[in-house]
Amino acid sequence: MFNAPRPRWWLYLLLTVLLLIVITPFIWMVLGSFKSQTELLRTPPTWLPEAWTLDNYQRLFDRLAFSRYFANSTIVAVAVTLGNLLFSSMLGYALAHLKYPGRNVIFGAVMGTLMVPGLVLFIPQFVLIVNIGLANTLPALVLPFLVQPFGVFLMRQFFLGLPAELKEAGRIDGVGEVGIFFRIYLPLAIPAFATLGILTFLGSWNNFLWPLVVATTEQSYTLPVALALVSTGQNQTDYGLLMAGATIVVTPVLLVFLFFQRFFVEGVATTGIK
Amino acid sequence: MSGAAPPAQATAATSPTSPTPRRPRRGAAEARAGLLLSVPFVVFFSVFTAWPIIQSMFMSFTDTRSRDLRTPFAVNFIGLENYARALSDPVYLKSALNTGIFVVVGMPLTIAAALAAAVALDKGVTRLRSVYRVGFYTPVVTSIVAVAVVWRFLLQPDSGLVNTVLGWFGIDGPNWLGDPRTALGSLIAMVVWRNFGTGMVIFLAGLQSVPWQLHEAAALDGANAWQRFWNVTIPTLRPTLLFVLVTTTIGYLQFFEEPFVMTRGGPLNSTISASMYTYQQFGFGNYGVASAMAYLTFVVVALVTLAQFRATRERD
Repeated sequence: MFNAPRPRWWLYLLLTVLLLIVITPFIWMVLGSFKSQTELLRTPPTWLPEAWTLDNYQRLFDRLAFSRYFANSTIVAVAVTLGNLLFSSMLGYALAHLKYPGRNVIFGAVMGTLMVPGLVLFIPQFVLIVNIGLANTLPALVLPFLVQPFGVFLMRQFFLGLPAELKEAGRIDGVGEVGIFFRIYLPLAIPAFATLGILTFLGSWNNFLWPLVVATTEQSYTLPVALALVSTGQNQTDYGLLMAGATIVVTPVLLVFLFFQRFFVEGVATTGIK
Repeated sequence: MSGAAPPAQATAATSPTSPTPRRPRRGAAEARAGLLLSVPFVVFFSVFTAWPIIQSMFMSFTDTRSRDLRTPFAVNFIGLENYARALSDPVYLKSALNTGIFVVVGMPLTIAAALAAAVALDKGVTRLRSVYRVGFYTPVVTSIVAVAVVWRFLLQPDSGLVNTVLGWFGIDGPNWLGDPRTALGSLIAMVVWRNFGTGMVIFLAGLQSVPWQLHEAAALDGANAWQRFWNVTIPTLRPTLLFVLVTTTIGYLQFFEEPFVMTRGGPLNSTISASMYTYQQFGFGNYGVASAMAYLTFVVVALVTLAQFRATRERD
């Protein structure tokens, strides 16, 4: 049949070569984190470690408070994600299903900022955070990202796909207008929450520039900031240490991704199609 | 807007309570709920997005420096001087040129790789499809800092994996990141590697709407695979292509993290990007100039987006 052409061996070959190119750096990173410094710098390089060692991880945790940075990254990412889910779904629902004064203005303003470069916001946000005395605190890493236009776009799109009759039914049953959202529409939005939640969590976890500038005391470092500072300081050629650090930064994200990959793919695809 | 849809009462024949007399009160309740649900987002949005956009435009016309941090309005208005300073700064022009090269070379490569992978996965293979898909998407979800650290190691001139592999084929690989001739190219390759997975996933979704009967008909008329790809697949994919084109270009115009972590803009400013130089000006405390540069990027982003929408629309 035409719909299912015979799989061709050369396509498999091509895709496999491409796959190797894409994932080899990650394999190299994990293997490298278990090698000694002398082995890492040997020419030609070795594939598997000749003598597996945990020394790099040992030094990483001895020298740096990596568990602290891990906790900071987690707290910030969870807070940002919860904020985005709640606030974006509230506004997304209102824009999709309710008539109220100012609705079109809000929609236009929020969508209009979708393509504003981050650097345009950067300096005023920095000035604001410093002036309200939040520099080097975790709230400074959360507040500017608590609401993002992308979330509204996604949630509005999702709620538009739910029938308005649900609202009518709720009214007939005597549910209040706000209750209709929280008790009828919100529980139906779990699939959209999965997508938005995962994308937001990863965006926050991997966020780099803002925490680098705003979190300048060791207490407030996030994982990417700590890794960046290690990699540019006196340890910048200590590849074993860096590979161990990179492995620790990447592994939780990879696990989340592998576990929930269906939602990513669906979420990214949805935003691209509509 | 589905909010305007009239209540469908056709099925509820037993409860003919017409909503008409209660309409005004319900409308008021609906408006109240709408406002209530909008307030939290709008408050945060106003403080952390809308106002900063206005404030940085204001700053770009003033001589604001870091010492004015606590009194952001006690500054002098200097008109377009910051913009003039930016546009006559040779390093800024160099950074703009690098950004341009990055977009013009990196964007088509990314889209080509994404489209090729998507088409191959969509119809060419049946087994291992999700393994390939997940694999190709992995770099997208990993931290740029970790990725940069690993790539610096891979690109090492002597014991790096890349030069080792090239050595098998008798090629003496250069000092990729240390040579001004290869540094920008290396970063472009890395960015394509890192980003083509996003486009691939979007194309895969777009390919679902390609009419395969049309493919079949074209094949019967003697069109080969390549002709079918250009004349059937590509036209159906146009909205998806436009979306990927616009988002990739917007992202690449703000190219920042890769040179920042990998090369610090060097060697000899060969990898400095407009966003990175803007950030350096911020670091030096030149808030006014930095804001002007950020707005220049904004203007280019807006113009390019408009142009791409136009160009694609006219061809229809």
